[in-house]
Amino acid sequence: MSKIARSRSDKLFDAINYTLLTLILLVVIYPLYLIVISSVSDPTAVNAGKVLFWPAGFTLKGYEILLDNSEVWRGYLNTLLYVVLSLILNVSLVITAGYALSRKDLIGRNFFMFLIVFTMFFSGGLIPSYLLVQQLDMINTIWAVVIPSAVSAFHLIVAKTFFQTTIPNELLEAAKVDGCSTTKFFFKIVIPLSVPIIAVMALFSAVNEWNSFFPALIYLQDQELYPLQLILRSILVASQDAAAVTGDAIDPELIAEQQQYKELIKYSLIIVSSVPILVLYPFVQRYFVKGVMIGSIKG
Amino acid sequence: MSTVTSSKEKTGLNPKKQTRPLATLRKVARNWELYLFLLPTLVYFLIFKYYPMYGLQIAFKDFMAVHGILGSPWVGFEHFIRFFESYQFWNLLGNSLLINFYQLIFAFPIPIIFALMLNQVTRTRFKKVVQTVTYAPHFISVVVLVGMLFIFLSPSNGFVNNIIQLFGGEPIYFMGSEAWFKPVFVGSQIWQTTGWSAIIYLAALTSVDPQLHEAAIVDGATKLQRVFHIDIPGILPVIMIMLILEIGNFVTLGYQKVLLMQNELNIASSEVIQTYVYKSGLLNSQFSYAAAIGLFENVINFILLIMMNQMAKKFKQQSLF
Repeated sequence: MSKIARSRSDKLFDAINYTLLTLILLVVIYPLYLIVISSVSDPTAVNAGKVLFWPAGFTLKGYEILLDNSEVWRGYLNTLLYVVLSLILNVSLVITAGYALSRKDLIGRNFFMFLIVFTMFFSGGLIPSYLLVQQLDMINTIWAVVIPSAVSAFHLIVAKTFFQTTIPNELLEAAKVDGCSTTKFFFKIVIPLSVPIIAVMALFSAVNEWNSFFPALIYLQDQELYPLQLILRSILVASQDAAAVTGDAIDPELIAEQQQYKELIKYSLIIVSSVPILVLYPFVQRYFVKGVMIGSIKG
Repeated sequence: MSTVTSSKEKTGLNPKKQTRPLATLRKVARNWELYLFLLPTLVYFLIFKYYPMYGLQIAFKDFMAVHGILGSPWVGFEHFIRFFESYQFWNLLGNSLLINFYQLIFAFPIPIIFALMLNQVTRTRFKKVVQTVTYAPHFISVVVLVGMLFIFLSPSNGFVNNIIQLFGGEPIYFMGSEAWFKPVFVGSQIWQTTGWSAIIYLAALTSVDPQLHEAAIVDGATKLQRVFHIDIPGILPVIMIMLILEIGNFVTLGYQKVLLMQNELNIASSEVIQTYVYKSGLLNSQFSYAAAIGLFENVINFILLIMMNQMAKKFKQQSLF
């Protein structure tokens, strides 16, 4: 009797569970799907709100207009530059410091750790940080975007935990007996064993930098230096026309075209700016998940 | 470090114990390469994290660019008082606290529930698909997310309003509404972060002892009972840690998104302390005033964090420090 009751209630549980999860799946995926189909649909159908399940018509006009937009291109290239620079800086600092902090023979490591972790909970805040960047003469340079966010305390904790759990002490002892120096040990043994954590850190910093807009917003005035996200902001959020942003369309015909394709451009822009990350992430998902888990549980 | 300082102090009093600091120094010297590894990062933290903390003194000064931070005259708590007495104070504080309160009530538990649900799924294909899809929004930039909100919630052709009209409702101008600002903010936050935040709870669930489940099944416990009596207690320590971290961010959370979602129509409901700091400080160049407001917020955050941590300790749960 109890067995039947149990399985019945469990069946009900499963049915509700699967239904709810399927619903969640749909709620998450539908907006993303809608953007993809809208970006290739006939703009009049999009503007009328008629694109709901399938693309209406087919056009790549939105993408074509974006390809011709010099501002978007420049933003893309600037973002790439910022991503590469901050990735190099971020990974090299986090890996070296994370390794040093993981070593038990680093005297004072608890103090250093405290120094770093404390900044996660208390900071000087926006204004003193801005004044510092100003004092360092970095305003309106690429360094203002890259350097102030060079290391994150959270990433350091993740890296340190990784080294603590993966580099066995015996390995170090053996290397020491063989007369291996710390630097040599680090480059010959630690680095090859740390490919996963280097990948995680590289990905974290690349995604962060790709998506960041605030440092650029406060530190950059020169439009030539704007990253993609700032250009996105003016088109998607401030809702300016692509032409108004670039200022390179005084041609009334072009302005009319931009008006008609305004919504289409937005959809295409979302795709163009998100694709690099969205394409990347299924391949590197397990690294990401690993990174989050190592970091948070011990954090 | 404690050993270093304490032994240094002792040297003056007891010359016999000099061997200890010497040994420590020798150890440090032997590992000089490690300190070299650490040095660049340490310098970074001192300059970009600790110097701004030192720079916070401008909150108590009348900052004048020509005199620099050090040369500007002290004014004590003048800026703080001005802020507390300003007509915006209660509105700003209210908005900041409310947004975060909603966040805590709604956005915090949902990833936990989601993880518990996903943990019950036995079909691995389905589980993988759900996970992969729900992570995706995490990678969308905040600018794009807000852009999507503007598009989808548009009163003329956004799909949300289309659906409302389909059921005979009136279209709602979500992004231009004071009343809707907070629900839209928190709702979109849930959409974007649930899948990602659930990772940590899923990881914690894998470490729940399977023997407990087996024993419970033998005793005739239903799935629901096992979730409540085994899974939830099993991940409670992790939940507490995440809660503490969340409280630590209580007032600061997501102001970049708030800034992007703001417009003249919803400003009464959307202006929070951080966006106000940005505007009065960087846009209107009232550096000292803005720094004081920022400090006020930072201190509130810190106090909340400590309180939460003490509470967690009392309940004999995990604590951060």
